Amino acid sequence: MASENHFSAIKGAKVLMVGAGGIGCELLKTLALSGFQDIHIIDMDTIEVSNLNRQFLFRQSHVGQSKAKVARDAVLKFRPHISITPYHANVKGPDFDVDFFKQFNVVLNGLDNLDARRHVNRLCLAAEVPLVESGTTGFLGQVTVHIKGKTECYECQPKPAPKTYPVCTITSTPSKFVHCIVWAKDLLFAKLFGDKNQENDLNVRSGDAASSSDHVEDVFERKNDEDIEQYGRRIYDHVFGYNIGIALSNEETWKNRNRPKPIYYRDIFDNEPTQQNGNVDRNCATNDPSSVSAMASVGMKNPQDVWSLKENSRIFLEALKLFFMKREKEIGNLTFDKDDQLAVEFVTAAANIRASSFGIALHNLFEAKGIAGNIVHAVATTNAIIAGLIVIEAIKVLKNDTKSYRFSPYCLKSLCRMTYCLEHPSKKMLLMPVEPFEPNKSCYVCSETPLSLEINTNRAKLRDIIEKVVKSKLGMSSPSIMHGTEILYETGDDLDEDLLASYAAKADKVLSELNCPVVGGTMLTVNDLYQELRCNINIKHREEFDEEKEPDGIVLSGWTQAPSSVENNGTKSVDNAGSTSEGSTMEAEKNDEIEIVPGKKRKLSEVSEDVIPSNAEETKGKEKLEVLNGDDDDDLVMLDDGDSGADKKIRYQ
Amino acid sequence: MDGDELTEQETALYDRQIRVWGADAQRRLSKAHILVYGIKGTVAEFCKNIVLAGVGSLTLVDDREVTEEALSANFLIPSDENVYAGKTLAELCCDSLKDFNPMVRVSVEKGDLSSFDVEFFSKFDVVVVCCCSLTTKKLINEKCRKLPKRLAFYTVDCKDSCGEIFVDLQLHRYSKKKLEETVECELKYSSFEEAISVPWRTLPRKASKVYFAMRDLLAFHEELTEIILMLVSVLERFEEVEGRRPGEVSIEDLPGVLKLKKELCEAQSLNESHIPNGLLERLVTNAREFPPVCAIIGGILGQEVIKAISGKGDPLKNFFCFDATDGKGIIEDISSCNTGS
Repeated sequence: MASENHFSAIKGAKVLMVGAGGIGCELLKTLALSGFQDIHIIDMDTIEVSNLNRQFLFRQSHVGQSKAKVARDAVLKFRPHISITPYHANVKGPDFDVDFFKQFNVVLNGLDNLDARRHVNRLCLAAEVPLVESGTTGFLGQVTVHIKGKTECYECQPKPAPKTYPVCTITSTPSKFVHCIVWAKDLLFAKLFGDKNQENDLNVRSGDAASSSDHVEDVFERKNDEDIEQYGRRIYDHVFGYNIGIALSNEETWKNRNRPKPIYYRDIFDNEPTQQNGNVDRNCATNDPSSVSAMASVGMKNPQDVWSLKENSRIFLEALKLFFMKREKEIGNLTFDKDDQLAVEFVTAAANIRASSFGIALHNLFEAKGIAGNIVHAVATTNAIIAGLIVIEAIKVLKNDTKSYRFSPYCLKSLCRMTYCLEHPSKKMLLMPVEPFEPNKSCYVCSETPLSLEINTNRAKLRDIIEKVVKSKLGMSSPSIMHGTEILYETGDDLDEDLLASYAAKADKVLSELNCPVVGGTMLTVNDLYQELRCNINIKHREEFDEEKEPDGIVLSGWTQAPSSVENNGTKSVDNAGSTSEGSTMEAEKNDEIEIVPGKKRKLSEVSEDVIPSNAEETKGKEKLEVLNGDDDDDLVMLDDGDSGADKKIRYQ
Repeated sequence: MDGDELTEQETALYDRQIRVWGADAQRRLSKAHILVYGIKGTVAEFCKNIVLAGVGSLTLVDDREVTEEALSANFLIPSDENVYAGKTLAELCCDSLKDFNPMVRVSVEKGDLSSFDVEFFSKFDVVVVCCCSLTTKKLINEKCRKLPKRLAFYTVDCKDSCGEIFVDLQLHRYSKKKLEETVECELKYSSFEEAISVPWRTLPRKASKVYFAMRDLLAFHEELTEIILMLVSVLERFEEVEGRRPGEVSIEDLPGVLKLKKELCEAQSLNESHIPNGLLERLVTNAREFPPVCAIIGGILGQEVIKAISGKGDPLKNFFCFDATDGKGIIEDISSCNTGS
């Protein structure tokens, strides 16, 4: 392996790493040990305590510092003479354009969000630089290689969309704990402590005529000298008691559902004197807002304990009180942050009380925090294994560069998609290589296939296309939209005020009423400034849309649609995302790390012929991926849980 | 578990991994004592993983001094000669590892492990050995098996692009999730000696397939992973017979190695071509570790030890083999041989 052949390919290579976190630390270390001498690394994050269980280049004393920079310093300690260039910046920024990417022989991703991955994918395609992608969650990991024209690009196969929930499920008919969390976090917490001007569905009731909304708005405002304890009880009674009572009055809703129970303060506390509700002194000693804790105040220590309804109620009221007494300045500006202890306590307690009302099982703080914060569970070992696999694939890519396509028995074989799955090894294989797939001819990202958009051109506005289609579905962050030679919309730092104003005005116009009308048959060209991605959209006019299945009034086809994950009846959706401390990504990150979604199988013909015996079978069904080596037992391998359990039983008898 | 909860510090630090294996497993880890004998790149990776996981203690045994080979794959050794001169591998690694997690007690023990008495081993829950001869491995494994306490025993070897792990948990009881339920399981392991004495001819069906397929050289190379265990055996036996220190075989020895391979194959009634000379040559000429393989094997070994300590999840049995050339990481269960398929 460290034979001359490999060594020269490695020594002269210029490598870009995106991400210096869990995978990044392991990867940088392994690259350095393997002989790489020119590594660039981009990461916009700073180090947190929860990173230290696996991001081993960092120490407690580094908390708050730049990951990219600290990682570099740590590796130079055992490889002082290599060059590592750190960038404490967002890879989506303008500095990292196509020219920047062009200087590298290979790009290695160690990212944790879909948005950035798509962005890097497009830049690598534009710069024609090979990309090695990877992801890990718990005991599961995967590595894929993407080479323009030769293999799939990262977006050729659908990626799971972020999990969303219909608004009415959140506001009126929760059936799972996560619904209660979303309610507590995005509605109640936001209403009480967040931006007052934000729209909030807290008092929305499905199928209800508009009640005098001015009236209910006042409920959440604390009156000038209102005693904090009294305010707390008032809010408690309103959201857990009164609102439930109102909801119950709508018979239709509850015809086939269990009725919730309204919960009032007096039911729980039996009119105990409120002083029992916590010792504020325990929090007085500290002036540090971030260490204020309702749990500490109330004397509950263990985040793994499930609290009773009464204990949850105590925490709820105590947390509310502490926000007003210790962090008043922040009220009106707060967003939920999973590292904000008091916020987590509040949301846990509120979610639990609501859950109790609806007969849903209560959860402890540890679990609630994971759900509310979209926390990805992670261990060092999986990252180390994946990092090793990334370097192996990277070396193969680099060797291919030297045009040594001739197969040599002692050199690394052709590129693979590698999967590591600890809990369900496929038959005996803990690590499994699979042939890479050919590019998807209908991938709009790498194959320039035109898309088709059905929309009501007499009702929808240009803004709908900009926001819901181009920015959201197509993932373009700096788009421009052209209709023939007319620019309908564009972004950029150097645009002057007047131009921006005129674009804003255009955006608010109905499509068919634009100067250059957008109607059925129109073709729009969409470009992204930095991703250098260009895409054509054919417009089709359609009058009616299904309110449930197509609530946005938009149908985009030719775009690799992610499998639908909207639960039940899809009216307007709310997702459990947004307010994490990791930035503006919208995903339940657990989902986007690994998508072992078996797509249509397209073999890489130039690879297989002389290397792999011709008994490589056709896939027998959508769920199976083919193993690199066509051995008869292992030809068809399930990646889902299906078979492996049964196989195991046989083995251990 | 008795009332010792995880401290606040532990909960904060271990949050992400507790979400993977649970607070109970974390508590067990914090009480576990690991012994490591022979430090190479792969073992350095393993130590890093196990220290980050939060075990109770880690004891390192390796009195060798720093060599160029050691520096090539071991990231725990600082590059400055002024710093590492005069210290043993164990001492240097100990210093680095302490930094990774101040809550883990990392220490050094000097001497030849195979000469330590059984008492010494009773302090530990897990023993990992590397860089030593077959004889030493057998000896240590026997000591582990003599104790009333069930010591988990692992060997690990990485050469060139190949890596191998051997596991002996004696009699292991554990639980695992099956669908929505938790299921209790039990596994019985062979000792190291038993495992390497398995007649080659009865190794899993794959081996026989290789025999038939071997006419096609290319197909044969794809079966490399399955026969690594035979290869490592040939090399180990060569080292033993020639009185070499582990890993000291070089290209000049190739004729001797090939001769031994022939003898062994004859003794096992196995066609010689079962074991490709090319691969043997590769392993003989370049016995150095390949850092990506160290990361992979060290990662898998780390996870195995965590599973054994926590008693959660199916552990490997008996061997795990990986060859970067084909990318397959395969578990070889030798007990299926005894059923004489």
